[in-house]
Amino acid sequence: MLNKLQSLGQSGVATIESLGRATVLFIQSLGWGGPGSAGFSDLIRQIYSVGVRSLSIIIVAGFFVGMVLSLQGYTILVKFGSDSALGTLVSLTLLRELGPVIAALLFAGRAGSALTAEIGLMKATEQLSAMEMMGVDPLKRVITPRLWAGMISMPILALLFSTVGIWGGAFVAVDLLGIDGGSYWGNMQASVAFYEDVVKGLIKSCVFGMVITWIAVYQGYDSVPTSEGIGKATTQTVVISSLAILGLDFVLTAVMLGGI
Amino acid sequence: MRMRYIELAVGVFMIMGIIALVLMALRVSGLSLQSTGDTYTLKAHFENLGGLTERAKVSMAGVNIGNVTKIYLDSERYSAVVEMEINKSMNTLSTDSSAAILTSGLLGEKYIGLTVGAEMEYLKEGDWIDDTQSALVLEELIGRFLFNKAEG
Repeated sequence: MLNKLQSLGQSGVATIESLGRATVLFIQSLGWGGPGSAGFSDLIRQIYSVGVRSLSIIIVAGFFVGMVLSLQGYTILVKFGSDSALGTLVSLTLLRELGPVIAALLFAGRAGSALTAEIGLMKATEQLSAMEMMGVDPLKRVITPRLWAGMISMPILALLFSTVGIWGGAFVAVDLLGIDGGSYWGNMQASVAFYEDVVKGLIKSCVFGMVITWIAVYQGYDSVPTSEGIGKATTQTVVISSLAILGLDFVLTAVMLGGI
Repeated sequence: MRMRYIELAVGVFMIMGIIALVLMALRVSGLSLQSTGDTYTLKAHFENLGGLTERAKVSMAGVNIGNVTKIYLDSERYSAVVEMEINKSMNTLSTDSSAAILTSGLLGEKYIGLTVGAEMEYLKEGDWIDDTQSALVLEELIGRFLFNKAEG
């Protein structure tokens, strides 16, 4: 009995400690500068590996999600004779929810796991300790550019996801299902507000990008430096950031759209 | 060489992001680049808006000529005031033009339909449209119908 209570307390303390370490890591690695700090070219290189190399999966997924939304929405809307609202349905769903969320989930799987594995391997091969020996702060050198690259790339990827999705939806609706193009785009323009929908979706994806890369770099930096530990940390990154995205999405929607 | 490729790729990535944002603004949310100098404002009292919202269309003969910019309640007359901006190109609306709140389709959105009058003088910036017709509220209509049935 007491042993069980003790193990519960132990895991509670461990969780809080881990949260504390993650927060310290985040705050310390947010700013640039210091001995051996990463420069602008490192940021570019990280944006390339985090953002540009996620492009293909984001664009293909966005196109198909938009097409499926359009097809699925059409079969339901056509029953009520309101298939002209299809553009509104596709664009608002993508801009407000699906764009930021699915792009973030894909980003966590594609870029988050890679970040964790990379940093975990650096730790296992003692590259991080070597940097410390040389008087270089590994947080500023390794973590900072990755953190910022994630925060910069995520909104762009989510925006591209939504854009491609809306055009994919238009392809199905207008070219395959024969809905009038004017009503698809016209109803969309009448009901999508730039600040309310586009900008709020962007704010969401900025938050997601920050959280995903934060979780990814922390899991890598805090991993047990063995091959098993790195594997576990990579899995943890994907699991935790997926759950964080879905949970945060609800909170952000409730805060920004109101209603609660 | 490798770094050059990476920088180029990131540059293209950024440009794509900007293009996507511009497309979102112009094509999807219909933000117009026209400055407010190209429009003039008209106001009108309505008894009941019946779900008219800001940014709703103002049209004449089915052609979009402006937008509703502001809706508020006149605390003296207890009626709604709608401010709308009309494109400068439509500056030949006579002073006895009428405005009605209409619905596009059976369940569609509300918009304001303008009908031109016969006066030779034209409406100017800040003028009021006197002849207005409120939105058709289905509940009122049904209520009136039932009332007539009961009487007759």
